[in-house]
Amino acid sequence: MSEKSDTNNRMLTMAESLREAMTIAMTERDDVFLMGEDVGIYGGAFGVSSEMQNKFGEERVIDTPISELGIVGAAVGAALAGMRPIVEIQFSDFTAQAMDQIANQAAKIHFMLGGALHVPLVLRTPQGSGTGAAAQHSQVLETWFANIPGLKVVVPSNPADAKGLLLSAIDDPNPVIFLEHKLLYKFPGRDAVPEGSERIPLGVSKVVRRGSDLTIVATGIMVNKSWDVAEKLAAEGINITLIDPRTISPLDMEPIHESVRETGRLLVVQEGPSHGGFINEVIARVSESPTFGSLIAPIKRLAGMNIPIPYAPQLERAAVPQVEDIEVAAREIVKNWR
Amino acid sequence: MTTIQLLKGHPLSSKEHATHALLYMWKVRKFEEAVKDLFGRGMMHGTMHLSIGQEASATGMCLALDLADQITSTHRGHGHCIAKGADLTRMIAELLGKKIGYCGGRGGSMHIADVETGNLGANGVVGGGIPIAVGAALASKLQKKGTVAVSFFGDGAMNEGAFHEAANLAAIWKLPVIFFCENNHYGMSSSTDKAFAIHKLSDRGLGYGIPGVTVDGNNVVEVYEAAEAAVARAKSGGGPTIIEAVTYRWEGHSRSDKNLYRTKEEIEEWKHKDPIPKFISILHEKNLLSQVEIDAIQQQAYDEIMHAVNEAVKAESAEPSGLLDAVFKKVSA
Repeated sequence: MSEKSDTNNRMLTMAESLREAMTIAMTERDDVFLMGEDVGIYGGAFGVSSEMQNKFGEERVIDTPISELGIVGAAVGAALAGMRPIVEIQFSDFTAQAMDQIANQAAKIHFMLGGALHVPLVLRTPQGSGTGAAAQHSQVLETWFANIPGLKVVVPSNPADAKGLLLSAIDDPNPVIFLEHKLLYKFPGRDAVPEGSERIPLGVSKVVRRGSDLTIVATGIMVNKSWDVAEKLAAEGINITLIDPRTISPLDMEPIHESVRETGRLLVVQEGPSHGGFINEVIARVSESPTFGSLIAPIKRLAGMNIPIPYAPQLERAAVPQVEDIEVAAREIVKNWR
Repeated sequence: MTTIQLLKGHPLSSKEHATHALLYMWKVRKFEEAVKDLFGRGMMHGTMHLSIGQEASATGMCLALDLADQITSTHRGHGHCIAKGADLTRMIAELLGKKIGYCGGRGGSMHIADVETGNLGANGVVGGGIPIAVGAALASKLQKKGTVAVSFFGDGAMNEGAFHEAANLAAIWKLPVIFFCENNHYGMSSSTDKAFAIHKLSDRGLGYGIPGVTVDGNNVVEVYEAAEAAVARAKSGGGPTIIEAVTYRWEGHSRSDKNLYRTKEEIEEWKHKDPIPKFISILHEKNLLSQVEIDAIQQQAYDEIMHAVNEAVKAESAEPSGLLDAVFKKVSA
């Protein structure tokens, strides 16, 4: 993996690595600009674009009114007219305000209009629970977007991947929904972030660690929680392969098939609600392929409860999978199915 | 494929301009009649939204535009597309599901776009194209291209949030965009009387600091003059304008419409305000074109449409193979 080539051992937070990616892209090419609510002097609700307006000016880091539909629509139009807008929507929950432009316009234009036009647009938005912001500021909506043909959907789990993936998303001639877990913004990952402008291609799953007893496929922050479980269980002799799809649409299944053929056991983990969730797609694809014959245990899934995210911390924690839940599930699959 | 030959300018400024304006209005009329005929004969699939009776608004607006200026259009968009210079054969071919159609049969009537003539696409969602036009205008401003973007939409779209958000962004950023409202009096069956508490829809601009003008949308000269002023304002950095062109659709909303919400008398009354004879009477008054010349222009429009229909009917049908590969634009290495 290219991110291992870094020698400076630079540990950045995800907010810093995303800022670095945008800064590189905007320095490389004039057609890239950032637009969103409070992205200027405020630096964005989570500080991702901090100081960028000072560097690039008000015409390239554009503060907008509170107007999600208008902002995304204007970004679609600007993309059609030759620009490469990056739009920040303050909370992914608010993409609902802009859904016509995302789902009916951006996603469909290239196909529906016969390929004459395309929409090189990146929509960055924070998602996820854990901040006590309750039901309208805490959802994981990756499944919504993954169910719309024409959108690419990226869910980075760490700063190094976030940087390389965002650079690829900005290069991509298609609309990309880039979903950033807000609990990851302020923490450095395990891997150093390379200084350069190396891209990580979209649509390539990453094998985060290898083990022969169990395959865990997890998205976003669940990759980090699963890593902690894998570390702990490794000490007990349970070895886990952890796979981070990184791009949930298009989805690279090959490393997943390969690993399940070896381990015979599969646990899939997501934060969003289970009903109709993205992980069900992973399960379906394994189930309808010859990989199914390699399974020695029933597939297990862990996902958010099918409820709106509640406010109180103990309720909020209970609504989504925690490290302990993953640990229990992983241990049971391996112990019960030999 | 025909080459794009648009003639910008006042429809009464010369014989050529008058010819051009009349030819394009007639092309729109004949195109829509041909579509209706193809539907009637069971040769066309899906639905249709005809703009018969509204030819002057599309034509008058586009006469004020350069080729590089951009438009976004609506479900009732054939007229805008033609007036901006689209290829008629490829349009009909799209409606017939042919490979050479503008969208290769993937979009149909409501999704024709034409990059060469600055048409960023018709739209199946009411109001969907309005913020997109604002974005095109933002790109024009950022890239200092000096072009204007025009969003065509109907009276119904003025009650969509998309209009309001787009209008505000355009106003605060002084973008080179024109909000062109074709008020044809009905959003499907909802009359403007029931859907608005104001009489002049261009007054909607007041809340955003955008000047608005209401014109006779069946008078191509009046439409052009308002369009020209709005284009000049946009291109000189003055910002957006709302133009309300008051017109009427003769046909139903779509093919399922039984016209239960309006009277035959009302439709007949508007047929007497037909934009084409209205322009011809102005031409007679100004002595710009003779009756012989006018008849020849009508014949030319008819011939062009018939040629397009014949070519499109003969063309190869679109095939389902390759659909999966068409979803995304290929990422270049």
